[in-house]
Amino acid sequence: MSEVEFDTAGVVKNFMYVNRKAPYGTIYALEVLEAVLISAAFEQNAAIVFVDDGVYQIKKDQDTTAINMKNFSPTYGIIEMEKEDAEEDEDMDMVWRIIVEKESMEARGLTPDDFKVEVEVLSSDELAKVMAEQEVVISG
Amino acid sequence: MIHTVNKSPFERNSLDSCIRLSEKGSPILLLEDGVYAATSGTNVSDKVSDAAKDHPMYVMGPDLEARGIASDKIMDGITVVDYGGFVDLVVEHGAVNSWL
Amino acid sequence: MAYEIDGKSFESDEEGYLIDLSAWNEQLADLIAKDEEIDMTDEHWEVVNFLREYYNEYQIAPAVRVLVKAIKKKFGKDKGSNKYLYELFPYGPAKQACKIAGLPKPTGCV
Repeated sequence: MSEVEFDTAGVVKNFMYVNRKAPYGTIYALEVLEAVLISAAFEQNAAIVFVDDGVYQIKKDQDTTAINMKNFSPTYGIIEMEKEDAEEDEDMDMVWRIIVEKESMEARGLTPDDFKVEVEVLSSDELAKVMAEQEVVISG
Repeated sequence: MIHTVNKSPFERNSLDSCIRLSEKGSPILLLEDGVYAATSGTNVSDKVSDAAKDHPMYVMGPDLEARGIASDKIMDGITVVDYGGFVDLVVEHGAVNSWL
Repeated sequence: MAYEIDGKSFESDEEGYLIDLSAWNEQLADLIAKDEEIDMTDEHWEVVNFLREYYNEYQIAPAVRVLVKAIKKKFGKDKGSNKYLYELFPYGPAKQACKIAGLPKPTGCV
């Protein structure tokens, strides 16, 4: 009788998370963020993208005290930390990118300085190319 | 990769973003409230027929029927599919990118 | 449920997780640890303090993998393993250590 082996080590896919909604008004932003954190737990490649109103998710200086909701913007710091860890650790193949679409950012009068995390700013055309390379896309 | 849009183009920018960020040649499927974009004579018709030059465009038949949209109201160059057709498209094109 | 220290009461949920994060202090941590049958050593405190710092910064508790990695980075290779953390917190590092650190119950974690 042959032994059944469950070897999942080394299975790494390219995941893209497309954030298109502002935080707090709907649950989309928080749901996608939770999915990103699961991705971290499985050491998958991840491109976290902020498009349209999604760019507001990583705006600095959010304070939700008066609306009585949890401010989850500090949690995006984990994405930045994972990205830095992956870059430093030579044993780890994981690649993480944090991308903002230039057109969406500029349409809202924002600059990279307005964001809590360091981002790559890509044009629509550049982003479309990166998107086309993904194996799994999770949107919200 | 296949792109799907399930929001009305008159209420949301999902279709605009999909068109802006999808590579030429990749198919776009309109479903749920997204099917309104496939009707002729609207103020987004020009945009949609332009997109149809760069992308194979599909629209979900059951969602059209549910909304009382007759097939003669669908713009030229957009193919009506059923759920089986959707599955075939996914099998052929791999990853699904949903514009919500 | 509640923890009692010198006649003062600190509310917890039915599993013993503190309701008010800001009410936490080291004395309370010792008491929660006692309920978990853990004698707090310097090594336990390292993990508990790390969890509090992490929560303060990111507003959620780390996943176990992230915890292991971060502990390894901060306190050295010997301590950066699941085994080490389970020796300290036999019923699950995230679950027990978070409870002692006064953090909410981690979702979907060990």
